[in-house]
Amino acid sequence: MLAMLFRRLGLGAITVWLVSIIIFLGVEMLPGDACTAFLEREAKGKLLENCREDLGLNRPALTRYAEWAKGAVQGDLGVSAKGQKPISELVGYRLRNTLLLASGAMLAGIPLALFLGVVSALWRDRPVDIVVSTLAIFAMTIPEFVSATLLILVFSVWLGWVPGIVLTPANAPLVEFFPEVLLPITVLTLVMTAHILRTVRSSVIEALASEYAQMACLKGVPYWQMVFRHVLPNALLPTINVIALTIAWLLGGVVVIETVFNYPGLGRMMIDSISDRDLPVTQAIALIIATVYVGVNLAADILTMLANPRLRTMHIRKG
Amino acid sequence: MTPSTTFQRPRRIARLGTVFVDIIVRPSGAIGLTLVIAHLVLALIAPFVVPYDFTEMNATLVMAPPSSLHLLGTDHLGRDTLARTLMGGREAILVTGIATPLAVMWGGLVGIFFGLAGGKLDEVLMRIVDAFLSLPWILKMLVLIVTFGTGIEVLIPTLAFFYGIPVIRIARAATHDVVARDFVQAARARGHSKITIIRQELLPNVRDALLVEGAMRWSWMLLAFSSLSFLGFGVSPPTPDWGLMIADARGFMSFSPLGVLAPMVGLSSLIIGINLTADALAKALGIDRAQKAPV
Repeated sequence: MLAMLFRRLGLGAITVWLVSIIIFLGVEMLPGDACTAFLEREAKGKLLENCREDLGLNRPALTRYAEWAKGAVQGDLGVSAKGQKPISELVGYRLRNTLLLASGAMLAGIPLALFLGVVSALWRDRPVDIVVSTLAIFAMTIPEFVSATLLILVFSVWLGWVPGIVLTPANAPLVEFFPEVLLPITVLTLVMTAHILRTVRSSVIEALASEYAQMACLKGVPYWQMVFRHVLPNALLPTINVIALTIAWLLGGVVVIETVFNYPGLGRMMIDSISDRDLPVTQAIALIIATVYVGVNLAADILTMLANPRLRTMHIRKG
Repeated sequence: MTPSTTFQRPRRIARLGTVFVDIIVRPSGAIGLTLVIAHLVLALIAPFVVPYDFTEMNATLVMAPPSSLHLLGTDHLGRDTLARTLMGGREAILVTGIATPLAVMWGGLVGIFFGLAGGKLDEVLMRIVDAFLSLPWILKMLVLIVTFGTGIEVLIPTLAFFYGIPVIRIARAATHDVVARDFVQAARARGHSKITIIRQELLPNVRDALLVEGAMRWSWMLLAFSSLSFLGFGVSPPTPDWGLMIADARGFMSFSPLGVLAPMVGLSSLIIGINLTADALAKALGIDRAQKAPV
């Protein structure tokens, strides 16, 4: 058990390390560097030399990577090219705002997805299931910017219930983001719910058809007792991983949603940094997002392992 | 007992026919396939049937309401909304239509090869794939696009490259399921080369999974393509494109909601059509698509 835990942790660490190399190499291959971006047109001759000297950009790539990685491990993400501010400071509030968005969507989406998924599986091919599954396909496949624009049109332009655009500055207290944050959370919830719901549904259907469910039926276990005691625990466990993957995958969708709503989160900061060619900031955000992704997946793996006796004791049976 | 040599494989065309019928008889498949085919036909014939020049601006008709001349009104530059909506999918379908087969091919071949080879090399490759997948798609795409430009010649290879990476994983998993089976062991024992084993034993068995994967990749690529145009990193104006049209018309949607609604219907109907078809295809081929995580 402990050995497996450490193995997973090790694999996660290796993945993050590989990501950091990919990010560093990717940025390294781009034409221009922090100095050409910072100095823009004036970037030539002595000025450029001096700037590179100051930032240490003329040292070998390996040295710079080692320094960047060492700083990142200690929480120092470097200095932005625009404005010369420490990136850790810039990122702080943005990360908090994105987490507000994500946790809102998770709090609403995960229970909703579990409920609807189980319901549509238990009443498979009945009207409930057909309606839920069709809506899920709509919510899942329509691009985030389309559903976001549609919601703004209906709830903000036509009905005037909630503001369609976020005007609160990034460092305002969280309370001030209400009610502006409601529409972005709704969009994110829609997509997330649809993805998780589909997995839950097919997982429950699979468990209902299993031999132990049939066995329980034959033994005369009442239907609902069979569902709650035998089917659901077995069916819902594997969905932990899918929930994690969905959350991590949605980090990409958050970028679009934040841009549509002008929401001051990490995603919009990433887009801005790419358009401004503020490479240190892009690097830092990429590393943060990748670490969150790996971390969420790792947590799901460990949770599944702890909750599933079969996985927990696998090494014993293997001998 | 008949010797196994007389066993006739179902002819490929006959099998395609069965799968096609299997898709059509499902409501989702019938609706989905109709939508997809309608969009493909429209993309082909749109330039010949659209009565207006989609770049023609008319300063006297800015954001006009629907009329008998302009059925869906005009946009903020006085261009006909219906004409632009009908033309708006061509670029997206062209780019993703080329990039999807490329992605499935390279991802599929790499995945099958490493799935067969196994060992340390396979482990290392999977870690690299994991590392790539842990970066959000939009970041990877944007960095390349900002550097190399937004033309078709950049978008197609970029989409094909990044969307091929998750295919590696699928192909590898599908290969692992097959590799341990007797017929692959037998082929190995007979001393066939890796290439022969891949072509004769693995590909026919992995093909179904790759087909479904390809259909899904197509819809996600469309999503990525239109999101990029929406964000201003895709096709450049005045090319009509749904994502770009929605971005343009968004600021004026309180005056002329049709300007955003028309391209929304165009884009959504195509993506939903592809997904419904993929669902029906997966069911027809006996693959459970919903079990897969959206990576």
